[in-house]
Amino acid sequence: MKDLKILGVVVFFTLVTYWGVEPYAHSVMHKHVEFEGFKYKDLKAPAKKGDPAKGKVAIAACVSCHGIKSQGIKAPMDAVSASAAYGVNPPDLSNAGAVLDEKFIANFIVSPTHAGLVKKSGMPAGMADAQGAADIAAYLKSIAPKEIKPKEAFEFACGRCHAVRYDKWTQIGQTPKTKADIKTGVDLKKMEFDKKVGQYKLNLAKYLGKLPPDLSIIVRARGEHYLKTFVENPQNLLHGTAMPRVGVSNEGYEKIYKYLEKVGDPSKPKREKVGPIVLLYFVGFAFLAYMWYKSQWKDLH
Amino acid sequence: MAHFDPNAKPFSHKWLDERLAVDTLQKVLSTEYWIPKNINFLWAMGMILAATFGILLLSGIFLLMYYIPDTKLAFDSVNHTIMGEVGYGWLWRHMHGVAASVVFLIIYIHMLTGIYYGSYKRGRELIWISGMLLFVSFSAEAFSGYMLPWGQMSYWAGMVITNLFSLGSLNLNGLVEWIRGDYVPGQAFLGRFFMLHVLLMPLIIMALIVLHFGTLRIPHVNNQDGEEIDFEEEAKKWKAGNRKESKVIPFNPVFLSKDVFVMSIYFIIYFYLVFYHFEFAMDPVNFDPADPLKTPPHIYPEWYFLWSYEILRPFSKNAGLIAFGFAQVIFFFLPFLDRSANVAPANRRGLFKYWFWILVVDMIVLTIMGKVPPMGIYTTIGTVAAWTFILLWAVLPFITKMEKPVRGSK
Ligand code: HEC
Ligand code: HEC
Ligand code: HEM
Repeated sequence: MKDLKILGVVVFFTLVTYWGVEPYAHSVMHKHVEFEGFKYKDLKAPAKKGDPAKGKVAIAACVSCHGIKSQGIKAPMDAVSASAAYGVNPPDLSNAGAVLDEKFIANFIVSPTHAGLVKKSGMPAGMADAQGAADIAAYLKSIAPKEIKPKEAFEFACGRCHAVRYDKWTQIGQTPKTKADIKTGVDLKKMEFDKKVGQYKLNLAKYLGKLPPDLSIIVRARGEHYLKTFVENPQNLLHGTAMPRVGVSNEGYEKIYKYLEKVGDPSKPKREKVGPIVLLYFVGFAFLAYMWYKSQWKDLH
Repeated sequence: MAHFDPNAKPFSHKWLDERLAVDTLQKVLSTEYWIPKNINFLWAMGMILAATFGILLLSGIFLLMYYIPDTKLAFDSVNHTIMGEVGYGWLWRHMHGVAASVVFLIIYIHMLTGIYYGSYKRGRELIWISGMLLFVSFSAEAFSGYMLPWGQMSYWAGMVITNLFSLGSLNLNGLVEWIRGDYVPGQAFLGRFFMLHVLLMPLIIMALIVLHFGTLRIPHVNNQDGEEIDFEEEAKKWKAGNRKESKVIPFNPVFLSKDVFVMSIYFIIYFYLVFYHFEFAMDPVNFDPADPLKTPPHIYPEWYFLWSYEILRPFSKNAGLIAFGFAQVIFFFLPFLDRSANVAPANRRGLFKYWFWILVVDMIVLTIMGKVPPMGIYTTIGTVAAWTFILLWAVLPFITKMEKPVRGSK
């Protein structure tokens, strides 16, 4: 019984220390930002519902910069030339409706800087009036595939700015498999690709003021809550940052997070599988140890 | 003259005993190494520390197979190769990281147990001093290990801590550069901390563990009442079969059975942390790669260094360093600053009782204040706590000198 009392004292002081250096200290160090569910309450919903048929016509204004592969429209320029022209490669819009919030798209088309909460954008403002923008947004929604892969969501919303080197993702696409020349070890294809990535990064850094960080293990570096609230509104956590509010919907974000978690914390499924087995083993071990202890100490007092 | 029986079969018991004295060894180290019966689970902390060191060594060996001590590759070799590509690499890393953090919790419990029961006096001074040497070595081991992933916190904590060696106004920048092998932490820095972490410090620690165990053998461990036990007399009773009357038990198997049971409970908690709650041991900031151009908004050491770090912070540069140096070494002198002859639980020792509990609370307050940013009320609390720590040690000789003798046993 005395042992249990002592254990109580030890556990108490341990937990107080833990509480102080972890939850408490972090609550003091980091501003807490409430998550609002990707509702974008500051943006106005269009007065009338958008008409996809009208949007389909109006989208012609957009394809001078954007491709829409699912509709057979190729991007007018390759990524590096596009970044030279606009600072960043305009994303292919096939999946826009599957990842972004419809109200956000409508607002973004009217004013990318206002919706994105940034000072400048490679995308021109005033491409359509409020109603025209709502039509285009409805059209993008209507062509969006029902189900997209987590990586596709990431590629559309974040992939033009952020690399993920642990998944071989670069801002201009997946690193191709290349073969070095056996005799000399020279891999020209790889060097050519690296040069393109390098050129793109230089343009991107000029556009944004800095190179956006690689997101390979951002889930471990920032944690779930920070990421969610940061993507919802980057200005809340990094005031004055050049990263735009991207305007993802709830479902879109879930996909993006799933991708980032799979790359950044790949052992999670394994942990969940192995953990219980190991714990069970030690519970069994403890039981046997207890029996041994009791048998050794039974006639001592 | 040693006697070697020519007919003894090689590697038979007799053959080994003649050459290695295995029987005597076994008696001295295990079956006739006497432990007082009157002890609680806190006396298992030493074995738990030994076991945790074993875990660190084993998991460290596995990590070492894939770790690359190169400033350009280190981060990815840990966070990509080990965490993602090597089968169960994540398990070894999480075991290593959690064990490195938990080992300090157990060390602090072990130290405070020693202080509480007065186990650093009456022949046990060297146990205490060798223990403190272990504490310092573990600190160096932990700090050098923290550099290896070459993340933001590795880099900046390395920068801040090595800066301390300029010794304030002495401005010994040459010394700092000598330690770093460069003006700022870089390849030379990583290389030498790698060497310290995987070779020199583990060697020193292993030697010190042997020394620590050696210092325990003659005075024996203390007990819950600080009672002075005649071990030979009590051992005789035990050997005569008076298991109830004897105040001692053999280490093996009787004490060991309790050690193993306590250890099994510890393993359950430890592996729970490894699988479900490892974040506390692996700072998120260190998952950003080292960036010499970007100072993190908050730089703090791991939790187990926070109390001494906080003693440094509230003072001006030079005074802070002196206070910090004081905090680092003062525990070594405990056996000589405690002027009372009493070996008894603190709660029976007059003013020392309050001294002990104030010390515990003060160190926890220092730890928490060491992590939160130094502003407003936190600076005040930190300053008060730092002064309290210093004053506690200043008054210790006086309050213990005044202490009345208490009987060791109830
Ligand atoms: C002059 C070239 C240009 C034209 C024309 C253009 N865009 Fe863009 N668009 C861009 C660029 C560049 C970006 C990337 C901006 C950034 O990430 O900072 C972009 C981004 C987008 C995004 C992604 C927004 C987000 O938050 O992820 C959508 C959706 C979009 N454009 C839709 C359209 C639509 C619809 C039109 C036609 C009405 C259009 N764009 C016309 C250049 C253009
Ligand atoms: C137009 C380019 C652009 C796009 C698109 C973009 N980002 Fe960023 N992102 C940046 C820039 C620039 C920074 C650096 C911000 C800074 O340090 O001020 C950044 C930083 C970040 C950070 C680090 C924040 C921190 O605390 O340091 C995270 C996390 C992040 N982005 C996630 C995302 C995610 C997730 C997406 C997709 C939903 C995304 N970003 C889309 C440009 C972009
Ligand atoms: C980190 C490595 C260490 C290991 C492996 C270790 C191991 C042990 C072991 C096995 C014992 C005997 C059982 C027990 O009483 O728990 C012991 C006793 C002791 N240790 Fe340690 N120890 C370590 C660190 C320390 C430190 C840092 C201190 C304090 C400065 C310390 C001080 C003591 C004291 C005073 C005793 C005697 C306890 C008594 O007589 O009741 N040890 N240690």
